[in-house]
Amino acid sequence: MRVQRRLVLFSFAAAVLLGVALAVAQTPAYRPPHRGDGHPDLSGIWQAFVTANWDLQDHDAQPGLHPELDGAYGAGPGGQSIVEGGEIPYQPWALAKKNDNFAKRGTVDVSNDKTWHALGDPELKCYMPGVPRATYMPYPFQIVQGSNNTILMSYEFTSATRIVRMNWTQESPADAWMGWSRGRWEGDTLVVDVTGLREETWLDRAGDFHSDKLHVIERYTLTSPYHMQYEATLDDPKVYTRPWKISFPLYRRMEKNLQLLEFKCVPFTEELLYGRFRKPGTK
Amino acid sequence: MKTAALSALAVAVLLSVPLGGQAPKRYNPPRTPWGDPDLQGVWNDATSTPLQRPNGAKDVLTDEEAADFQASLAHDLTRDRRDGGNDVDVNRAYNDHWMDARRLKITADHRTSLIVDPPDGRIPPLVPLSPERQAARAARAAANTRFNAGLPDDFTDMSLPVRCIIRTDSPPYLPTIYNNDFQIVQSPGVVAIAPEMIHSARIVYTDGRPHLARGLRQWLGDSRGRWDGPTLVVETTNFRSDDGVIFQGASSATFKITERFTRVDATSINYEFTVEDPSTWTKPWTALIPWNKIDPGEQMYEYGCHEDNFDIVHFLIGARNRQKNAR
Repeated sequence: MRVQRRLVLFSFAAAVLLGVALAVAQTPAYRPPHRGDGHPDLSGIWQAFVTANWDLQDHDAQPGLHPELDGAYGAGPGGQSIVEGGEIPYQPWALAKKNDNFAKRGTVDVSNDKTWHALGDPELKCYMPGVPRATYMPYPFQIVQGSNNTILMSYEFTSATRIVRMNWTQESPADAWMGWSRGRWEGDTLVVDVTGLREETWLDRAGDFHSDKLHVIERYTLTSPYHMQYEATLDDPKVYTRPWKISFPLYRRMEKNLQLLEFKCVPFTEELLYGRFRKPGTK
Repeated sequence: MKTAALSALAVAVLLSVPLGGQAPKRYNPPRTPWGDPDLQGVWNDATSTPLQRPNGAKDVLTDEEAADFQASLAHDLTRDRRDGGNDVDVNRAYNDHWMDARRLKITADHRTSLIVDPPDGRIPPLVPLSPERQAARAARAAANTRFNAGLPDDFTDMSLPVRCIIRTDSPPYLPTIYNNDFQIVQSPGVVAIAPEMIHSARIVYTDGRPHLARGLRQWLGDSRGRWDGPTLVVETTNFRSDDGVIFQGASSATFKITERFTRVDATSINYEFTVEDPSTWTKPWTALIPWNKIDPGEQMYEYGCHEDNFDIVHFLIGARNRQKNAR
């Protein structure tokens, strides 16, 4: 009996030690300060420094669409995949469409309402980028964490915004470019459930895409006062063979008095979209 | 000395008595957990009260006059009218479909202008404009004329709202036919105002930081806020100047707007703004617009614009076809 008890105690101690070790390995050691409501404050200006906006998966450095005009200005950096397992699990037809998207990423034709969205990367046309692309575009975004169950996410790119409704049950009433975001806290992690995304947004300049059935679950976890781990799981039974995950860190922008500036890109894309309809000889 | 101070006080008290004549009840707004007045929620500024008082109108309507005015406005706009021909009828039905019903009401105090200063309810006279600014205004007017005739040369002949660059999200906020919601979210040191149309958020810092340097210019300007008792005071400068379409044709070099947001009861905010631009108007002017909290069952939804802006292409293709057919 005594021996057994010792054994139990020993096992208990080992389990505690092992548990601590596992906890250290599995969860960030960082414990963020809590606001009055008992949750961390994610407010601030954040930015990703991955190159996933060019391509979520492994990619070499690449020339721009018009190297004869843009030279190295138009070129994009190489980068490593942010997709868990490396590759997006496309259904065969969808992989073919992604490749077609890439081939036509720089082509636009808005002469017909019915095929208005058929061609070209929506970023090129200055459309609101959708989720999760907005998070890893090479522009900062700002989180304003309200005290009334509302979190505003404001993106510099085309002044896109979205409201995260906390502990909200109502389903998306209509599809939107930035989707319908419902949030909840899991411990110190903000979990955002995003549905109702317009099917026309892309995930990157490589033509990666989704359908109107896309369901994104995002996780925002502070890992230091200056870093936040971002994870997104993408599920879309019309396009992928299984749900898949991306993850990367977000960095807090530390410049004194830094603020989001306007990147209202409509004027930068009007000539591309509408220049061909100009009265001849007026420019 | 004491008498002078007292009479100045008396004047101030008199001025602050509202038009109805009751003494003002000072509303103590709820506070955020960090102690700022809490302006959060979704607010709507729809009203049919015009910015400027119509010529010859009295300054405040009686209850009966207000009811008549609202009834006649509803009749003018209703889709159920059939007079005026097919085009007018279709236009009424179209507008009726989109129109915010709150747009049919004038302000609860029955004013005939949103402008409260100068007392005549009108934008003050212009100062003489430089030849360059006169030329810019004339060029803008010529573009508007081409557009209204169905003959825009290109997209730059259209206004910023038609091009989906800015709509009612540029201060000062003025009510329009639809999409008059504003959602306010606060975190310590920040008040974010997200207008429904077009989906931007104005991030107002209240932490005392300076404005952007004068050389940085934005469509929506650069806003800084401070708390004056229960009131959020926001000063905005640094507007862009290259488009000739800054608010009411003001000069971006000297244009400044000061907005004051004050909760006056559980379901409304007084939104008051003063614009000043000594190189455009002979004196500053001020308007007061009530913001009403929307029904708790309602939400503010995303307003996309540019992404499905079919109209801009229809206008241009129509213009090219008209010109081809005229030859």
